[in-house]
Amino acid sequence: MSDTAWIDAALTSARPQAVGALLRYFRDLDTAEEAFQNASLRALKTWPQNGPPRDAAAWLIMVGRNVAIDEVRRNRRQQPLPEDDRAISDLGDAEDEIAERLDGSHYRDDILRLLFICCHPELPATQQIALALRIVSGLTVKQIARAFLVGEAAMEQRITRAKARVAEANVPFETPGPVERAERLAAVAAMIYLIFNEGYSAAGDTAEIRKPLCEEALRLSRLLLRLFQSEPEIMGLTALLLLQHSRSEARFDKDGALILLDDQDRSLWNQKLIAEGLALIDKAMRHRASGPYQIQAAIAALHSRAAKPEDTDWQQIDLLYGALELMQPSPVITLNRAVAVSKVRGPEAALEMIEPLAPRLSNYFHFFGVRGAFLMQLGRNEEARVAFDRAIALANTSAEAAHIRMHLDKLMRDSQATKISKK
Amino acid sequence: MNGESYQMLYAILCYNDEDMVGSWSKEQDADVMKKLAVVQDKLAKQGRLGPVARLLPTTSATTLRKENPPLVLDGPYAETKEQLLGFYLIDCNNLDEALDVARDLGAANPGGAYEIRPVGMFAPGGVAK
Repeated sequence: MSDTAWIDAALTSARPQAVGALLRYFRDLDTAEEAFQNASLRALKTWPQNGPPRDAAAWLIMVGRNVAIDEVRRNRRQQPLPEDDRAISDLGDAEDEIAERLDGSHYRDDILRLLFICCHPELPATQQIALALRIVSGLTVKQIARAFLVGEAAMEQRITRAKARVAEANVPFETPGPVERAERLAAVAAMIYLIFNEGYSAAGDTAEIRKPLCEEALRLSRLLLRLFQSEPEIMGLTALLLLQHSRSEARFDKDGALILLDDQDRSLWNQKLIAEGLALIDKAMRHRASGPYQIQAAIAALHSRAAKPEDTDWQQIDLLYGALELMQPSPVITLNRAVAVSKVRGPEAALEMIEPLAPRLSNYFHFFGVRGAFLMQLGRNEEARVAFDRAIALANTSAEAAHIRMHLDKLMRDSQATKISKK
Repeated sequence: MNGESYQMLYAILCYNDEDMVGSWSKEQDADVMKKLAVVQDKLAKQGRLGPVARLLPTTSATTLRKENPPLVLDGPYAETKEQLLGFYLIDCNNLDEALDVARDLGAANPGGAYEIRPVGMFAPGGVAK
């Protein structure tokens, strides 16, 4: 690995802890970010010569703080201080000292706070995500703009506005109590899931561009789990992301069209990610404290465990969706459950299950896609065609539309075949 | 062992900053693995390479403290007052089975702790000892 590659990796991994601690110290996001930036520049200068420090985050916090304090002093005295590297030359001893003061529990709350300020409820989801990617992950505005398919200037503005909102919100800097910590953890978990979905729901050309979002969400989720090792829902979230991400190489054909689970080449699934995901669910289950992420992960795991689509334990999936419905009643979950029901009890039962959802899902692409598929299985082709037409009209991506068109083509071929055979 | 006999089996335990290794890109990771494979291949050809394992991240670890009764904790073994004295590789269907084995071992030899960690990559290797 080249010099800059290992430094980049070290800076990326130290960033949440370092920016989080600098934020606690300065209580101002811009100052904290700038301090980290300055410390990173010094790292690029001195690490290749002196080798990596024992604790990169502690080094960056120390240097970032010193540089920022020097700057304040310099501005105050209106006279230049000698361009000194004192802060760095002292680091041998100072590093040990600060590393000791940065005890585990403290920096855990620093990182959680840093993630939490991005989850401000007044910020729309896309802004929360953009802010987290900028502040916590350290992605450049350019990288984020690319992932969201907007111009750099627009993204810059969006992030600036989001930061201003966050500054007004006055998130407390005191160590949170247990209830508050649990609330923060839940908000942060939801945001990480949003980041993942932003990448996961992309299709076609944008899928490749947005894949880093999935990877970043996974990294943040693992980070959160390392900080909160006994939280079954964080194990569940991490497992869910791992299992979904394990299929990323199999989800699209060469034209960028979505390939459904049943039709995916399972040899392309990443077994390393699957192994990690399954291990985490195993761990979470021991706590006997079920939650929505764990259940979704358990459903994903049943798919991962099936070597062939016909090996899938649909009965168990039906039960798990049933449990999820109780926990988080939602027509979308019922719709997903209906797919499992169609495999266990047939399309008629499944169709019956989703009919009551129609008023609430009248603008939902997947509702009409699934409904059309059930109708097609029942041989009610004309009704299926109507449902598929509606689905295409509601498709969010070209890949979704292309997938439904495939069904329509099949219906067309079938009906032509019937006509010909009748002649 | 290709007719030659060596004096001692050595275990080489790998330590690094997990955050940092986890931040490697897929290409960086593959690059390191490729370089390692060159070294491993040479040893394998000489019949000197035993099992090689890459463990899953510490987030997947569980620790059994061998107290009475034994205490199961999430996460890796984090104390520094004990030292690593040995390890087992066991084949299990799930974590519960692995914990059962650890409990049996712990009953036979109380004191200290076992960290139970799933293995991500495993090459059995072969040394004739």
